[in-house]
Amino acid sequence: MTELVATTPGLFPLPDWAKSDLADLKGRQKADLISGSESNAVVSTYERARAEVVDEQFDADLDRIVEGQLRWDDMLAHPLTVHDRVETNGIARYYDNNNFYRDPHVVGELTHSGDVAAELRAASAVIDDAAPPQAVLPGPYSLADLATDAHYGDDREFLSAIADFLAGEVGSFPEHETLFLLEPSLVESPPDDDVADAVPEAIDTVAAATDAEVVVQTYFGALDEKTYAYLMDADVDALGLDLVAADREQTVYNAVEYGITDDVALGVSDGQNTRVESAETLRERVEWFTDQVPMTDFETVYVSTNTELFYLPVNRYREKLAALAAAADLEREVSA
Amino acid sequence: MVRNPSNREQFRPADHDAEHFLLTTVVGSYPKPTWLSRAKKLAEDPDSGFDERALAEAQDDAARLITHEHERAGLDTVVDGEMRRDEMVEYFARRIRGYEFNGPVKVWGHNYYDKPSVVSKVEYDEPWLVEEFEFTAEVASRPVKVPMTGPYTLARWAFNEAYDTEADLAYDLADLVNEEVHRLVDAGARYVQIDEPALATTPDDYAVVGECLERIVDDVPEEVRICLHVCYGDYSKLYPAINDFPIDEFDVELCNDGYQQIDVFREPSFEPDLALGVVDVHDATVESVAEIKANIKEGLKVVSPDRLSVSPDCGVKLLPREVAYQKLSNMVTAAREIEAELDAGEIDLGAPNAD
Repeated sequence: MTELVATTPGLFPLPDWAKSDLADLKGRQKADLISGSESNAVVSTYERARAEVVDEQFDADLDRIVEGQLRWDDMLAHPLTVHDRVETNGIARYYDNNNFYRDPHVVGELTHSGDVAAELRAASAVIDDAAPPQAVLPGPYSLADLATDAHYGDDREFLSAIADFLAGEVGSFPEHETLFLLEPSLVESPPDDDVADAVPEAIDTVAAATDAEVVVQTYFGALDEKTYAYLMDADVDALGLDLVAADREQTVYNAVEYGITDDVALGVSDGQNTRVESAETLRERVEWFTDQVPMTDFETVYVSTNTELFYLPVNRYREKLAALAAAADLEREVSA
Repeated sequence: MVRNPSNREQFRPADHDAEHFLLTTVVGSYPKPTWLSRAKKLAEDPDSGFDERALAEAQDDAARLITHEHERAGLDTVVDGEMRRDEMVEYFARRIRGYEFNGPVKVWGHNYYDKPSVVSKVEYDEPWLVEEFEFTAEVASRPVKVPMTGPYTLARWAFNEAYDTEADLAYDLADLVNEEVHRLVDAGARYVQIDEPALATTPDDYAVVGECLERIVDDVPEEVRICLHVCYGDYSKLYPAINDFPIDEFDVELCNDGYQQIDVFREPSFEPDLALGVVDVHDATVESVAEIKANIKEGLKVVSPDRLSVSPDCGVKLLPREVAYQKLSNMVTAAREIEAELDAGEIDLGAPNAD
């Protein structure tokens, strides 16, 4: 029997009041973005916003509560752009979106930072054991892909260093039930032959740093067959798949052909469109997948948006959270 | 197939001294005077006593001021600097039935825009730009160019809740753009620029943009000059496809990266006229006339002088106003000096199709 767990990949939109308050406090230019050493006024604004998005997840009745990653001005590149050994020069396009982030140039050894751990501790204080917390990080491949290496000099070595860095960060996280590692780059710019076999190793390095359930969430489409096959070598609890993207048949094909993890995360709600799917539609999408992968009796299915949620206006993001929770609640258990 | 690039001669000023004529123009936006931004904030505050009518008067004043500033810079064709527009998608979406607004979304850092959602079939409602054009044309002594956001960008930079594909949405929007172009032409407009920055991010969709343009120019007279502006992309993915677009002129940003991509357009021969960005809009350093002349010569590697227009890379609205003005002024001076040197036979022409 399968347990359905309603959750999200995090990276929420800032509440509208915080959008304008923070723009006024921080400024709107490149040099004004988050540095890791914010003023008290900025810190307390983020605290208020964090408490608000935690409450929203309780109100929606989600099964996992994320911190919201509201400080991540550079989206998935954030853990590097606040690092001491990283320079942020140019602005780069964030995948195929009309969004931009500071391109992190890694210019020295990636030592322990603790930035994300501090956010999670702040969130844990708000969550106060009322629901299981979920940590969110970029996966090592995506973080390496979003960054520019000006120190390590070799793609495999850089990937390995990023994985060690992320593992170190996870090691200082407060208690968490689940860790989502977001890996859109595996879809958008799949690893070439030189690094493909190093990807599962890098993911294992990060996953080994926690006792929590580890989910590797892929999105912006289906993985190519080779990348999928390599990813199945990673020792994680669940693979996350994008069932909103037009090429979702390829995702089913991959799962049937190359197998699937015992648990799975299904991106069934569109994180990039304001159209709010009904709980029933989301459940149909879950079953559309599980019915076609009949050899597996999933223990846990994470019901999620496919992508981060910062693309959406606040009203629609809230409705999407509620629909995800309702979808998982339609009936608590379902045969895969 | 390109349309009728020879329609550019109508923009040659009566008092133009040189035999050669490089059409000087702008992409559209211009820094708003500080007082206009303050007036807008006042109008949003119900307690200020500054109402919509007062704001409209302020916008008229700003449009008049910036149109004249363009003329003072010496431009052959002018725009009002888009003083009435805040954002390139939102402005149009508010005038098209089928769009709704849910709130701001992030572009980068703390920069947001009200990204609209298309929730039903898009339909023409009120005119978009006719009043803006009529006002500008009345206060201008030079021909007025009308920039407008293209249907592909209006589709891509919105949430699509209503159409099966973004292409279907873009085609319906293209039909609305066609209606607006006809209204503008009836009002006297002879130079329309379609802005499609979204194409730069998804160049594989060039065929969708091509079909949109076919719809936009349907029944539009040949003397109306149609320009397409695309910026900040990998042009090798769009070229030579754009040679098949039904346009008169293609406007590109290339100054920003030092013309690294200029050779893309040399083979096969460039068919529409080229409007080349010759000043950088993301650098507040004003280029010297000599630098801009060197930039203009990059354009002559692609087309002959009678087919070259010069403009800034993109809208200049993010620059300080005095910097924007100086860049335009230097650009016009550079163009006039190049024309004189061409007349004197002092410039070797290197375009593949140059005589």
